[in-house]
Amino acid sequence: MKVSVDQEKCVAAGSCVMAAAEVFDQRDEDGIVVLLNPEPPVNLAEDVRRAAEVCPAQAITIEDKR
Amino acid sequence: MTDTDIPPYDITRDARCPLDPAPAMRARQAEGPLSRVRMWDGSTPWLVTGHAAHREVLGCPVVSADPGRGAPALSPHEAEAVKAAAAAPRPAGSNTSFIMMDDPEHARLRRMVTSAFTIKRMNALRPVVQQIADDLVGQLLAGPNPVDLVEAFALPLPSLAISALLGVPYDDHELFQANSKLLINRDTSAQDRGAAQQRLAGYLDGLIEAKMADPGEDLLSGLVERINAGELTRAGAASMGVLMLFAGHETTANMITLGTLALLEHPGQAALMRNSDDPKLTASAVEELLRFLTITHGGLRRVALQDIEIAGQTVRAGEALIVVNETANRDPQVFADPDRLDITRDARLHATFGYGIHQCLGQPLARLELQIAYPTLLRRIPSLRLAAGLDEIPFKHDGFVYGAYHLPVSW
Repeated sequence: MKVSVDQEKCVAAGSCVMAAAEVFDQRDEDGIVVLLNPEPPVNLAEDVRRAAEVCPAQAITIEDKR
Repeated sequence: MTDTDIPPYDITRDARCPLDPAPAMRARQAEGPLSRVRMWDGSTPWLVTGHAAHREVLGCPVVSADPGRGAPALSPHEAEAVKAAAAAPRPAGSNTSFIMMDDPEHARLRRMVTSAFTIKRMNALRPVVQQIADDLVGQLLAGPNPVDLVEAFALPLPSLAISALLGVPYDDHELFQANSKLLINRDTSAQDRGAAQQRLAGYLDGLIEAKMADPGEDLLSGLVERINAGELTRAGAASMGVLMLFAGHETTANMITLGTLALLEHPGQAALMRNSDDPKLTASAVEELLRFLTITHGGLRRVALQDIEIAGQTVRAGEALIVVNETANRDPQVFADPDRLDITRDARLHATFGYGIHQCLGQPLARLELQIAYPTLLRRIPSLRLAAGLDEIPFKHDGFVYGAYHLPVSW
């Protein structure tokens, strides 16, 4: 799984951090998303998918490796 | 369907099922995710009731939230207030109410306050809010029995929390609670609304002046930095402070009140929460209560700026849309058995905070407060029960945010 984030789109709702804190964090100065791990391990895949689903700004893109 | 067959917009909930969406809204939902509704002024905007369509509209970059571009008004008072605001001579930069703005200005202003609501900041605030809740329960138990839970717990908890976050002295709570009440009531006249807004802005301006001389770590002091950097006018900072203060306590107060009521009405679910020490269950219970109750009811106002396709229908440029959270939250395609309260379900896709760029800014604070409020009440007062019948509880049928004016409880 490959993850990317769009900091321009991000609205700092914090939903991704709640869903997958191992993969997403926020900048202290404005709460905008910071990607901690662009290639998260399989055991986090479900949490990361959830994070993308709950993101209100559609700022998280997931590319699945087949 | 001829024009006269279009049903009226009606969000009145059924007194027998006060926690469920209005019967008229459920009826529209049953007809499909998108239908026409007749408003107070005879206009017939689209009513968006489905979950997928809710996300399509609110996530669409060519849909506007700006009343100046044609986003509809839900009541004559609202229309009057919008008209008055547009006509009033206001100094440049003083309008910072970004909830009714589009990007890029919306994003620029919103990002001035987002740092105060990061998950990290909320985790640091957790012991503070727990202390607030513990102190309030202590006072409640030492006071009269029965008591009004709204006055004794549900309102002061978020009021104290947002005051701490903003840097507003809680001693002034009567001033900001009374004026917020006026702002949130949909029947408040444009004149009274403007006066309440001005009183709050004047109050916030005084605080901002004080923070200029003696800054702290709070949100208002952060806004002072923006004023000093030339990114915000002082009037703009005061208006943003009003928005934060107002949005920060009425909403959560109603959610604490109705959530407690829902748990007391579902004793099995309440027992599950009381006896669990799993923070994940508490978190999931809060999401489910947010979904089930949808206190942010009645619909979000939008207007299409270009022709767009929603739920297989073409919505034309210039057409107004009313996007309904409470029916999206009861959409069986997303939530199995949607009318059942089940705190163990994964309800995170609920629509209560909205969706898209305007999704609630304060949601991490609301979650923190609710995750503390319910378990603290249930565990410290295990015999907590309603001291009135459901039919005796005054629900807020007149508010932009649903809730109850009073909730008599005993133990």
